[in-house]
Amino acid sequence: MAKSYYDPADLRKFGNITEWSEELGNKFFDYYGKVFEEGALSAREKSLIALAVSHVVKCPYCIDAYTKDGLQRGITKEEMMEAVHAGAAIESGATLVHGVQMMNKYDKLSM
Amino acid sequence: MTQSILTDIKKAAKKSLKARKDALANTQTQMEVLNGDLFADGELPFFKDKIAETGQFPLKPKTLEVLQINVGYMCNQVCAHCHVDAGPDRKEIMTRETMGQCLEVIRNTGAHTLDLTGGAPEMNPDFRWFVEEASKAGIKDFIVRSNLTIILANKKYHDLPEFFKKHNVHVVSSMPHYTRGKTDKQRGDGVFDKSIKALQMLNEVGYGMPDSNLRLDLVYNPSGAFLPADQAAMEHDFKKALKEDFDIDFHNLFAITNLPISRFLDYLIASDNYEDYMYSLVEAYNPAAVENVMCTNTISVSWDGWLYDCDFNQMLDLKVASKVKHIKHYNDDVLNNRDIIISQHCYGCTAGAGSSCQGTVA
Repeated sequence: MAKSYYDPADLRKFGNITEWSEELGNKFFDYYGKVFEEGALSAREKSLIALAVSHVVKCPYCIDAYTKDGLQRGITKEEMMEAVHAGAAIESGATLVHGVQMMNKYDKLSM
Repeated sequence: MTQSILTDIKKAAKKSLKARKDALANTQTQMEVLNGDLFADGELPFFKDKIAETGQFPLKPKTLEVLQINVGYMCNQVCAHCHVDAGPDRKEIMTRETMGQCLEVIRNTGAHTLDLTGGAPEMNPDFRWFVEEASKAGIKDFIVRSNLTIILANKKYHDLPEFFKKHNVHVVSSMPHYTRGKTDKQRGDGVFDKSIKALQMLNEVGYGMPDSNLRLDLVYNPSGAFLPADQAAMEHDFKKALKEDFDIDFHNLFAITNLPISRFLDYLIASDNYEDYMYSLVEAYNPAAVENVMCTNTISVSWDGWLYDCDFNQMLDLKVASKVKHIKHYNDDVLNNRDIIISQHCYGCTAGAGSSCQGTVA
């Protein structure tokens, strides 16, 4: 067994998940492939969304994959960093908006 | 990649691998890497076995369409990804005698495209003579691969746009990105600004304009260890950015994959990207691209007249597997019977939509 929870080489083996559950694995990869095709949003725009989400869910495999995908598509580092900030802003906003719950509870409990 | 490796590569990149006496300047060493453990241990399939799966081994030539002539490895630039290992310190230059042998073939071949490359082909002292003579041969498409900055490198090159126009040369130029940072990182400081200026000069004489017959195409090579994206999408982005920012017009963009040889191989190894890059190439393998891979319709001629299946095989010193190995003995029929020499670098031409000197092939 590896001594680290994350091994960059494991990303290449992602497709192997179908070996233990072929039907569900294939359904997932079909869905995944379809999602990132050109649609109402361009594949380029979806790549940037995926990069932002990769950071929010803190997936090192996804960050590697979508940084490379962005480079391949000619996406600039400025665009990539703005996407990460968009994700980070939502994530910190999601934390801070709970501050209202805290304030509500505080006020309710206070005389 | 750490900043220090980047700095090392940038420093080293002022000279060719050959001038630095780097181990990878030796083509044998490069072949050892390409045949190394990653493939020998069965982790990834050899290219030969991969194409055999679809009955495409041995790879055979089709009708000859393109004669690609490398007139010398001297160049005013030392690009980090260069598969030729070209640079100002390279002295290999085609002589007028060898050019004469090439002209003989150009006059008699059925190939419709003549493609001059280098180095910077314009730095060959007999370049203009060769273009003048070759343009009389009635070739349909006469390409010169110009790195753009050469036009501004010295006063004697400033009139190149006019010279190209006079001989109806099809100009194909490298432009790694429409932003300054990416271009200069791959090709050297100041290259972006000079390339923009050169493109404007070409536009001024009519090159690349929407209805112009003076063809100006750009070549995009990824500036790093990743593959090119969809050629049409990249062309759209390049056209929009170059028009809006610099009022530049061009015709087509060719997306070319960097092959793991010479300086790009050196970069891949130094930046610890070699294994991942080879995986990317093999994963993107497309049998449909094999069908039209450029070695099936091209012959590559080196500065000293030797014949190769492509410019990449030339740089690996893999001469054609034929009785005819030199331009002075050139014979279409004999050459057409050869098997094309392949190795693991060939995955670069069969990844995704495929890659050739004219862009995608599938």
